[in-house]
Amino acid sequence: MDDFDWAVILRSAGFLGHGLALSALLVAVASLGGLGLGTGLALVRLVAPRGVGAIVAGYVAVLRSVPLILVLFWFYFLLPIATGRPVSALGSALTAFVLFEAAFYCEIVRAGIAGVPQGQRLAAMATGLRGWQALRLVILPQAARAMVPVLLNQVILVFQDTSLVYVVSLRDFLTTANIVATRDGRPLEMYGTVAVTYLVLCLGGTLLIRLRSA
Amino acid sequence: MNYRWDWSVLWREPYGGWLLSGLGWTLAVTLGSFVVALAVGLPMGIAGRLPSRATRAVASVYVGLFRSVPPLVQLFLWYFVIPDLLPDAAGMWVKRDMPYPELTTASVAIGLFAAARVAEQVRAGLLAVEQRLLPVALASGLRPLQAFRLILLPLGLRRVIGPLTGEALVTMKLSSLSLAIGVLELTAQSRHIENETFQGFEAFTAATILYLVIGLGLTAVMGVIARRAR
Repeated sequence: MDDFDWAVILRSAGFLGHGLALSALLVAVASLGGLGLGTGLALVRLVAPRGVGAIVAGYVAVLRSVPLILVLFWFYFLLPIATGRPVSALGSALTAFVLFEAAFYCEIVRAGIAGVPQGQRLAAMATGLRGWQALRLVILPQAARAMVPVLLNQVILVFQDTSLVYVVSLRDFLTTANIVATRDGRPLEMYGTVAVTYLVLCLGGTLLIRLRSA
Repeated sequence: MNYRWDWSVLWREPYGGWLLSGLGWTLAVTLGSFVVALAVGLPMGIAGRLPSRATRAVASVYVGLFRSVPPLVQLFLWYFVIPDLLPDAAGMWVKRDMPYPELTTASVAIGLFAAARVAEQVRAGLLAVEQRLLPVALASGLRPLQAFRLILLPLGLRRVIGPLTGEALVTMKLSSLSLAIGVLELTAQSRHIENETFQGFEAFTAATILYLVIGLGLTAVMGVIARRAR
């Protein structure tokens, strides 16, 4: 085992930076898109007729039961066939992430809404608000406040999930490090850098969330 | 959309066999990882609630470390880096001579990540019992360690069986990561069939259904354990 080679890290810092930027893009799109779609799904389950609600419930249950890698493979294969033209690896990964994470956000939002005491809805109705108004003006704001720490934690989990785009050869943070590790024969330096970076960002984020919500 | 359906690909030679062997590897990695997760996660979770500052610190450092690095990165560390850090002979053994090197490495890597999650569940279960029953136990004259051993531990661990079902399912999903170090488990085999035959619909549908079936099976098994423990 040779000595630890700091130079290879410095030399590849720019390349790794590009990888980290792609990871950040994936996190942003997956979190925002997943939250938007997931909230929509949660509301559909709340107000839609039972048949529609059951379809949404089935969608959420299936996506939560299969590995993300399989979902990435599904969309990598499915999108070009469904749209009739070639779809980039990035496009298919972004689609897969939004649809996959939406299932998890849906459950978070549902739990958040369920956590608001029933009396709040009844009291809102008693003041003369309609069902939809009570939901929008009384229930959702309280649910949203309670959900903030869980939603932020989910962003950290999504950040970790994005490392799986390795399997469709997208050059995210882990994949760029993997390329250098293989090319230069420096697995310790490269995977070590990746691990420490993730550790600092994710642990720091977790502690920050805990501090702010305590 | 033009696509030529051919469901026979799922049982035709050799593809049917690939799926079956993929299923076998998925079960093996899931089982191996979950055993590691319990073997490490239970003691870590208990350490996290023991009336001792040192054991609690060890537990929270473990959970913080192992939950903050993505499991795929941990898998690469165990597979590509750790063997090189070991003395030559030991590194050689880990890479080549130990039984089923990829399966073992995947079980350790995925298992230690899952162990951090299990530890959190155990700690939370113990904490819930502690808040309700610790004052009662102490008032009855038990010393702190006795209260922990006789009241909190048995009641707390029973509470954790439900959440552990969820962790078993998470471990099953994580088992797919092992394809990155060459374990031809279910997801890898379905991709393999797609690459060979272009029948992606059929292959991925089969994998999806098999994962759902394994999930239902795990839930059923854990349900039986939960009833026994009651």
